Amino acid sequence: MSGLGATLLSSALSIVMATVLGVLLGVALTYGWIGLRLAARLYVDVLRGIPLLVLILFTYYGLALFGVNVSAFWAGVIALGGFATAHVAENFRGAVSSIPSGQMEAAKSIGLPFVNRLRYVVLPQAFRRMLPPWVNTALEIVKGTTLLSIIGVVELLLASQQAMARNYMIIDFYLFTGLVYVAINFTLSRIGARLERRFTFARS
Amino acid sequence: MTDPILLQARGVTKSFGGVNVLKGIDLDVLQGQVVSLIGASGSGKTTFLRCVNLLEEHDGGEILLDGEPIGYRDQGGRRVRLSEARVSAQRARIGMVFQQFNLFPHLTASGNVTLGLTKVLGKSKAEAQEIAEHWLDRVGLSAHSARHPYELSGGQQQRVAIARAVAMQPRLLLFDEVTSALDPELVAEVLTVMRSLAESGMTMLLVSHEMLFVREVSDHVLFLEQGRVAVEGPPSQVFDQPENERLRSFLGRFHGLFGASSA
Repeated sequence: MSGLGATLLSSALSIVMATVLGVLLGVALTYGWIGLRLAARLYVDVLRGIPLLVLILFTYYGLALFGVNVSAFWAGVIALGGFATAHVAENFRGAVSSIPSGQMEAAKSIGLPFVNRLRYVVLPQAFRRMLPPWVNTALEIVKGTTLLSIIGVVELLLASQQAMARNYMIIDFYLFTGLVYVAINFTLSRIGARLERRFTFARS
Repeated sequence: MTDPILLQARGVTKSFGGVNVLKGIDLDVLQGQVVSLIGASGSGKTTFLRCVNLLEEHDGGEILLDGEPIGYRDQGGRRVRLSEARVSAQRARIGMVFQQFNLFPHLTASGNVTLGLTKVLGKSKAEAQEIAEHWLDRVGLSAHSARHPYELSGGQQQRVAIARAVAMQPRLLLFDEVTSALDPELVAEVLTVMRSLAESGMTMLLVSHEMLFVREVSDHVLFLEQGRVAVEGPPSQVFDQPENERLRSFLGRFHGLFGASSA
């Protein structure tokens, strides 16, 4: 089970990276001045358009080409995180645009400056709306870590395959591996559901 | 009148995509006065109100609060927009109550009131809480301070919104058709709160279709028509002896409440 750690760690790192960068990119996408907004839009559209596997391979070999030497593990995290960043950014934009414009106006009218309007009025409401798609993205990331086996990261899938090569218990191992992913993702979606309940402030 | 001029608008213009919504509005609000804007929809009254609070930006003319230009400064004959921080500071001195309440749904009634107190005025949590309790009590909602907006009726929400605005101790309070989204039986409770604020000396600028209320509380009434002030004067003059044809027909629509309808 040596691969489980790599799967969990690369998932967690990618999710954290995607959440932080995705929200920042989402702010740029929603409120940035025109140049920044276009750059953010370009990033989101390009990254969402590239197959994840291509992105992982490109990051792994491409970074080396630019003289940036990162391990396969970190190349994988960057690729997964970068991919999910685009999704989180787009989810953020969607969540913000579903908040009535009167919220921003009310926040303005009590004199809150921009950063505080985001922090105390827009973000709490946006996060609640982002939660379901965010859980989705997290699940995709966990499943996406299997693709890191292609560039030689010994995560859960590759570790299982290596074990199978020794004992030929193919069905058993794939079944078991699959169940481990289900267990991880089920846990994630339970956490998501709990957060959703925790942050519900309106019956709607 | 010896009261100083609190708000002064001179030749305020505003257009949306080539349509001139405001064609030069002049208006003075003295300290402690209640001034009302009436007129048909599309006459520009709400747009003007929003310009005062910089939710819209006027294209020309100037709006002065305590003699200080709102939103822009003049730099060698050129209009320069003020920084975000300056604009926010100006907004903090002007309270606004909206037609749709616009309470923050993720905060309780008291959280709605304290947000500006702590984050804008820098008051301590305890002090803000005390001020919030005071104002929620003033609007008759002390029992509801821990409730979220979705647990309150429209009239209660609007009263929280008034508490939120007035707790900031603004120089001026703006009311934008604040009873228009309420069920008829809830209108009175909101008007009662507004009346008591007016009596306490709060300077208020309101846009309203509650003509009886406007006539009762206003010191000065402006009838806007197509982006201009068509008629203005004390309520007795505007409501009881309207000479302007359009004003007469406008008032006539209010169920014969005024002498104008018989004309």
